[in-house]
Amino acid sequence: MKLQKDKPIERLWNGIYVENPVFCLILGMCPTLATTTSAVNAIGMGLSTTAILTMSNLMISLLKKVIPNRMRIPSYIVIIASFVTIVEFLMEGFTPGVYAALGIYIPLIVVNCIIMGRAEAYAGKKGPVESVFDGLGMGLGFTLALLLIGSVREMIGAGTWFGMKVAPGVYEPVNIFILAPGAFLVMAFFVAIMNKLKIGAARRTGWDPTENSCTDCANCAKLGMCSGKAAKETVEEAKV
Amino acid sequence: MNDLYSVSSSPHVRAGVTTQKIMGAVALALLPASVCGVVFFGMHALIVLLVSVASAVLSEYVFERITKRPVTVYDLSAVVTGLLIGLNMPPEVPLFVPILGSVFGIIVVKQLFGGIGQNFMNPALGARCFLLISFSSQMTDFGAKGGMMGAASRAALDAVSSATPLATLKTGAAYPLGDLFLGNIPGTIGETSALALLIGAAFLLALKVIDLRIPLSYIGTFFVLVLITSLIRGYNDPFYFTLCEIFAGGLMLGAWFMATDYATCPMTGKGQLIYGICLGVLTYLFRMVSKSPEGVSYAIVFMNCLTPMIEQFTRPLAFGIKREKEAKNG
Repeated sequence: MKLQKDKPIERLWNGIYVENPVFCLILGMCPTLATTTSAVNAIGMGLSTTAILTMSNLMISLLKKVIPNRMRIPSYIVIIASFVTIVEFLMEGFTPGVYAALGIYIPLIVVNCIIMGRAEAYAGKKGPVESVFDGLGMGLGFTLALLLIGSVREMIGAGTWFGMKVAPGVYEPVNIFILAPGAFLVMAFFVAIMNKLKIGAARRTGWDPTENSCTDCANCAKLGMCSGKAAKETVEEAKV
Repeated sequence: MNDLYSVSSSPHVRAGVTTQKIMGAVALALLPASVCGVVFFGMHALIVLLVSVASAVLSEYVFERITKRPVTVYDLSAVVTGLLIGLNMPPEVPLFVPILGSVFGIIVVKQLFGGIGQNFMNPALGARCFLLISFSSQMTDFGAKGGMMGAASRAALDAVSSATPLATLKTGAAYPLGDLFLGNIPGTIGETSALALLIGAAFLLALKVIDLRIPLSYIGTFFVLVLITSLIRGYNDPFYFTLCEIFAGGLMLGAWFMATDYATCPMTGKGQLIYGICLGVLTYLFRMVSKSPEGVSYAIVFMNCLTPMIEQFTRPLAFGIKREKEAKNG
């Protein structure tokens, strides 16, 4: 399981599994918890975020030389907001049901921390091709996570999946799962499963789940928990 | 908890208090209320109690076997949790509700956080809130078919159980105090008989399993606030009304048996007083100011979450150590 760094496949795998934005980075909690009341809403939110993330990553990566360093955050926000507006109008026109269900959470994609995070941590430093695949991978990881949470919540909380009845007639829906506490419960279970998978894989193969993804130790949330490979590399580079 | 290593030198003076004995005492103390529930609400109430106890014990056993932890079924804590969940059920509830509640309370609230002593929230109350949100119609249908209540409602032909005392009190009208005290009223299986609960509480107090701080500060605060409010609102007989509020609903069960749960209430004396007063204020707000008729379980669960904070504020200082402020001044 050793993939070459910054290649398309590695970026996709990184976004979906290694650094899944929801289950591993715990980013984008607001849409994750609020819009996963049903599988349809979850997939609508996930796909619109994926589209915006991919496009904004491409744009930011192309413009990274033009954007002055001190003005980068406002510039990123302008770029992201433009794409959010486009997606918002498209959704209003073509998927009015999902648009109405998601409501305020579509405009709020502007301040989605996954998009800002990828712009800051990846697209602002790397080339356009890798950035597009990074955005795609992260977006698909986000969509997949939302779909999982949304499906479980909808099936337990309403007895349906994508609006179809999946539970037998005698099943009494457990209402709490489509309310706010259910989001936290299901989310916590998935994070636990993800940790279990990763720890298991690390034990079996000696594979370090973080080794492919380290780019920047200074801004890394896992700094205290890892051996600091990237930090060592940068130190060695500085010596050379 | 029985295999703790003893590190002091001999001879040891042992109190002989074990988790099993404490939990056994609590279960015994809950027996009068359980018997009253069965007498008032009939055989289905007994089945609900047995099913919730059995499913609580079973889920604890199965979870601990699967996760290869030491099996703590014999310390009786799961029995108490299951019994409390059963006592919090309406008499004619479908049986899947208490089963689901026991599984949730034991596995999610208790075992996932590390088992006995590690739970951040009373498992029985966590389960009750879970069920109340999930199955609100089943959990608030207090119609009784069996026992004395069932007979009464059959005799009256119309539903005696149409409104719980709390719903009546919500409108500002009083309720017969004698019925409230004895428990001959619609409600959950274990909460109705204040007398039976007080007998159990006296038993626990005599054994020094619980002390008076939390229940008295809780009920006292609630009493004062309700009395003031009913005076201001100009109810007919404020004192009588306040007594009704105290003996109605889950206040007695909550104050004596659930707020005093060791793992989820503060350890320090001062902390326990703060905890009790906050509980009283919250219950008052839920019952008298908000729209819902009952608020004991939410109040206790809420304060369970604040317990670590209260403990931090009231932590006693070791002898000879000054508080930071004084140290700076000195």
